Amino acid sequence: MFGWKGTLLRVNLTEKTIQKEPLNMKDAELYLGARGLGTKYMIDEVDPKVEPFSPENKVIFMTGPLTGTFAACSGRYVVVTKAPLTGTIGASNSGGHFGPELKFAGYDGIIFEGKADGPVYLYINDDQVEIRSAAHLWGKDVHETTDLLVAETEEDARVACIGPAGERLVKFATIMNDKHRAAGRSGLGAVMGSKNLKAVVVRGTGAVAVAQPDAFLATSMDARTKLKAHPVTGVGLPTYGTEVLVNVLNQSGALPTKNFASGKFDRADETGGETLREKYLVRNKGCFGCSIGCARVTRISDGPYQGFGEGPEYEAGWSYGANCGIHDLAAITKANFICNELGLDPITMGATIACAMEMMKKGSLSREQVGRDLVFGDAEAIVELTRQTGLRVGFGDQLAEGSYRLAESYGCPELSMTVKKQELPAYDPRGVQGMGLEYATSNRGGCHVRGYLTAPEILGVPEKLDPLTTEGKAFWLKIFQDLTAVIDSAGICLFTSLGIGLPEIAAQIRTAVGWDCSDEAILELGERIWNLEKLFNLKAGFSKADDTLPKRLLEEPLPDGPAKGKVVELEPMLEEYYALRGWDADGIPTAEKTKALTIEG
Amino acid sequence: MSKVLIISPEKCLGCRSCELICSFHREGAFNPKQAALSVLTFEEAAISVPVMCMQCEEAACSKVCPSGALSRNASGTVVVDENKCIGCKFCISACPFGNISYHPAERKIIKCDLCGGDSNCAKVCPTGAIEFKEANVANLRKKKAVADKFKEVFGEASV
Repeated sequence: MFGWKGTLLRVNLTEKTIQKEPLNMKDAELYLGARGLGTKYMIDEVDPKVEPFSPENKVIFMTGPLTGTFAACSGRYVVVTKAPLTGTIGASNSGGHFGPELKFAGYDGIIFEGKADGPVYLYINDDQVEIRSAAHLWGKDVHETTDLLVAETEEDARVACIGPAGERLVKFATIMNDKHRAAGRSGLGAVMGSKNLKAVVVRGTGAVAVAQPDAFLATSMDARTKLKAHPVTGVGLPTYGTEVLVNVLNQSGALPTKNFASGKFDRADETGGETLREKYLVRNKGCFGCSIGCARVTRISDGPYQGFGEGPEYEAGWSYGANCGIHDLAAITKANFICNELGLDPITMGATIACAMEMMKKGSLSREQVGRDLVFGDAEAIVELTRQTGLRVGFGDQLAEGSYRLAESYGCPELSMTVKKQELPAYDPRGVQGMGLEYATSNRGGCHVRGYLTAPEILGVPEKLDPLTTEGKAFWLKIFQDLTAVIDSAGICLFTSLGIGLPEIAAQIRTAVGWDCSDEAILELGERIWNLEKLFNLKAGFSKADDTLPKRLLEEPLPDGPAKGKVVELEPMLEEYYALRGWDADGIPTAEKTKALTIEG
Repeated sequence: MSKVLIISPEKCLGCRSCELICSFHREGAFNPKQAALSVLTFEEAAISVPVMCMQCEEAACSKVCPSGALSRNASGTVVVDENKCIGCKFCISACPFGNISYHPAERKIIKCDLCGGDSNCAKVCPTGAIEFKEANVANLRKKKAVADKFKEVFGEASV
């Protein structure tokens, strides 16, 4: 078999059984792998109305056909489950080395079912697969858990695990692999925690084969060469990491500041990639098969925030930085380290603290309720409250529910900058209109990595669009969402799409799995995946009313910067988008559409 | 003058593209554990080091081989003659760097042969952490790096 390995592990934690089963190849050809194929298994096997923390929910680890190959940036795997933060389909992918190792062990993925009666981890060493006790690991952070598991298994084993946040069912807990890489959004780590599943450890010595070796090598080298030559993937990201965006977005007036009160932060530069490089960068790092190298290994050697780890990425640099009105990059970096150690999503964490800051400012929260003062710009607060949240102690126990549930419980849900209860990331859609449509329609709620229109609207990739108009945004968003679904399902990194496009990505997929099909047919795979996710969410109870944005972004004009006076003109974009997708006026895929895409179930 | 593999760990991303391409050229599929080189990452020191056969002048592997399967070819590379190899694995024990391993499925030793003089690991390395070049050129670059340090220290002092 080429690309895929053809074998899945099915692990029932209640019964403590492990089965190897053939991968459903009919579905693999329709949904590719990783995000798409994981979602297909999910919708076939789990009721979309399932309670996320019930034993009936499943957690699916899935790789794609390009994972572990020489394809550019081939280190990705995805975790699919019903997400506790949003109640939508949850699908978060991660890089590092864990995903490829699973392929080398001989498996495309793992389906976890049921719930263990005590802490366990899964150990995979090629054919040897065991459920082992994790009683000695429960309560330990991500770094210690990883070190202990490597010490008690194999020196070259790879670990994906949850930290204390996942164990304590923090609604935005992550699954961390290779210590610093995260399946980060929507709280998938808490679903692992609810199943008493602390970790998955894998070591593999087998090979991943491709259908047309010479042609595959040529297409992969072509992709890598183009990524190297592109100014974003060859210069910007390797030099400054994703944090390079801080100054770019600030100059565009779309860097959300103080819980989206403004789009400009006067001290943004102190939190950007240039400053990070100068002050704390130790070296660049790449995930498996990466030719970009955007990861930042960072160290803070003195002062109150000493630590060593990776990041922050742009989103964390913003959520804790501009969004909390904080310019102390050491505190931001430290808070991000704590997120990685305790297993928290720093986007939701920082944004939830920012929401709480505004709640206190407006009098909805008192000093007594929080246990401290909480004002925009308080650097110490982000570090302390992140720690409290990961351990669910003090006010952290309330922050652990995310900003929507927090603000709602104090009677001010409008202060939560969320879509489908998931915190928006670092682009103010009033200044990047297409991102507003992306947030409203993303199948996992507030999210930038389902259709990154910031690329054309701000970076001019692949062509420059005016960020302040709505024209053409629906058209571009559909293409970006469908292509992203292909990328996420193939097992490669989304950042490749900043330097190469559909032709290069499709060529790698075709030559790896041995297909003879057009680029358009590959893009249609993405459209099929997008529609399947939408159907899951509709069955889970979501409707057009949920495809919207926080009131602030629709009604309160940006007060300053290049986008001054703008609100998001969502409704006309949404109408056009539904029509382009072949959905009815309520955003429901028509029978003709699902039939044309050969979607069953 | 023969070319050698020169590594610059400070440039290495730890992406293991070299392991992938090495295994691909050896067995036609991607299998990092069966590559002739490995990238070792030291987390606390924040550095990754690609480690591969040094093609030693006094090659212990060749000296210990009882069947004469390991010998130096015309361009100076220590190569395996698979017809002579009896699979005793003495060479694996003898190599002071751990740079020879054994492929259990194919029952043969894995040792870098510089891809017959066209090293693929160097070709695909995205950052130039592995280079394949004339030994004297490589030396010159390292000498220049040292000279730069002197320039930094004494250049400023003499002003």
